[in-house]
Amino acid sequence: MDSGVGGRGSGVRTSTALVVDRTPDTQPLTPSSRVRPQTMAGLAWWRFTRHRMAVAGLLVVAVLGAASTLASWVSPYDPDKPDLQLQLRAPSPVHLLGTDDLGRDLLTRILYGGRISLSIGVLAMTLAVLMGTAVGAAAGYYGGAIDNLLMRFTDLMLSIPALFLLILLILVLRSFPLPFLRGGVLAIVLAIALLSWMTVARLVRAAFLSLKEQVFVEAARALGVGNGRIIIRHILPNAASPIIVAATLRVASSIITESGLSFLGFGVQPPTPTWGNMLKNAQDQMITAPWTAIFPGLFIFVTVIAINYVGDGLRDALDPRHLR
Amino acid sequence: MATYIARRLLLLPLVAFGVTLLIFALLQFLTPAERAALFVTDPRQLSSIPAIIRKYGLDQPIHVQYWVWLKQLLHGDLGWSQTARMPTSQALATFFPATLELTFYMFIPIIIIGVWLGTRAAVHKDQIVDHFSRIFAISLRGLPSFVWGLIVLMVFYGGLNWFPPGRLSLEADLFVKSPEFHRFTRIMTVDALLNGQPWIFVDALRHIAGPAMTLVLVEMALLVRVTRSSMLEVLRQDYVRTARAKGLAEPVVINRHARKNALIPVVTLSSLLFVGLLGGVVLAETIFNYPGIGKWGAEAAVQLDIPGVTGFGMFIALITVFGNLAADILYATIDPRIRLQ
Repeated sequence: MDSGVGGRGSGVRTSTALVVDRTPDTQPLTPSSRVRPQTMAGLAWWRFTRHRMAVAGLLVVAVLGAASTLASWVSPYDPDKPDLQLQLRAPSPVHLLGTDDLGRDLLTRILYGGRISLSIGVLAMTLAVLMGTAVGAAAGYYGGAIDNLLMRFTDLMLSIPALFLLILLILVLRSFPLPFLRGGVLAIVLAIALLSWMTVARLVRAAFLSLKEQVFVEAARALGVGNGRIIIRHILPNAASPIIVAATLRVASSIITESGLSFLGFGVQPPTPTWGNMLKNAQDQMITAPWTAIFPGLFIFVTVIAINYVGDGLRDALDPRHLR
Repeated sequence: MATYIARRLLLLPLVAFGVTLLIFALLQFLTPAERAALFVTDPRQLSSIPAIIRKYGLDQPIHVQYWVWLKQLLHGDLGWSQTARMPTSQALATFFPATLELTFYMFIPIIIIGVWLGTRAAVHKDQIVDHFSRIFAISLRGLPSFVWGLIVLMVFYGGLNWFPPGRLSLEADLFVKSPEFHRFTRIMTVDALLNGQPWIFVDALRHIAGPAMTLVLVEMALLVRVTRSSMLEVLRQDYVRTARAKGLAEPVVINRHARKNALIPVVTLSSLLFVGLLGGVVLAETIFNYPGIGKWGAEAAVQLDIPGVTGFGMFIALITVFGNLAADILYATIDPRIRLQ
């Protein structure tokens, strides 16, 4: 939508240039206007930068990611050490976003929480996309009984309420004798991924169904290329755009899912901060110390919206047909 | 179409089988002792765990256990739900009407406001209404639904005291449980009117309003977007231009000509939405302490109440299959260009 406005703007520029200047076509119309790049990736990036909100979203995500990763350098405070002298202080120059019920600096905890929340988002997305792509590619490429079996299983998974199944899955994962799964981040990541690959699978299958009929696939097969290689080297790169867009949006929804789980008490367990469990902890002091609830909520809100804009921008950049 | 419906209905037992097997398989990852411990409520009974394992066959291989459960099911027995403290089938019958009622009262405003806002946004593309509806949709997606639920609870219960949590206020609950009150449909608002008790109707509605409002806010965004894009598509078509060319007033073109066709995808979406709402009320019901199927399902999952969990999962999955089927049939009925096969 924003690139539509940009397109109209450049159209106006073109016509004035033609009428007034009579500049030859080969030259840039104005010194400031950039030349369209020639590679696919360059072109996509060029279209992406036209989408102002998407660029802003990318910046926000980058800053948040960097600040969280470097939290121990950015903040002088310890995220876990309680200080009972400092309980529930309102935001001040010393504690920019105030302190929580145990006197811990809120901004510090939000940054450390961002590490966990963002990692959960990215890791769960990666796993879900890998699983979804594998299932969708197999179903779409081989068709027939394999397609039927895999897609009926996908339908089945989609017909059970996700949150309910998530709780069960986390309870079961917790009882595993593997220490890294016990109530930890990885159990949450695994559970979220196991319940969110279905949409990716449907998407990839649809792309494979049409791509496998294309001539270049036939050509590859005629040359004796094996199925696995055709799937990975020939078809998959052509199906990349919808997968990338879906993957971006999955990061946002995984962050939201984690916070929902935390609310029900199944997320990452305190004292490890995540935006979700900070929000839940703040519930009791929402009236007396509203900042303990508002700021974690605000960080979730801004991150999710920023990621959604990046996703929108990527869709417009990678699939220009989407714009009319 | 009849064969299509028949074939889809044949799928129902398969889905029930698949869902229960899936949940069963999942629970097998817990050790027999862990599952047996779920039956123990008193610490003094801990010594009886081996006996429980033997009694319920918890150390048997999964297919044997599943077969035992399946035989029970074929006799109409879904087992005893500990969280509901009643048989699972009775729990479903008790909690489902409340959720159905809640879903219904969410569904109506979502459709009316969603279609209205979507149409406005399409007709006034790139104007204030359009930008407003987009910002509205984006901001609602930005926060988890439980946060919206807490905000609604804080403002409309904590602040204004309009929409209390729960199902009924104390005096209404006492009256409903008294012999004077006849349960005709188990749908509270309908029963209240049939009993000639408008105050109970109002009371029930006030308790529904909180969770309903939360989900209306969250779920409406998608409907607005679909209506908008579908309406934009239709407005570009030749017959709309013809209608305008022959001098029809704009409201007639929009409301009588364009909207009818634009609503086709919306109708399909809304039947899916209805089903999605039935299964998606877990958080809203939990926040507002509304005694529906979602709250019970979450409790059953938390306490690993196996019969409850399996019953709930199977029930919702079956409803989803029915809902998808209804969406397909509706789609083919209102748009004769679509053939089901």
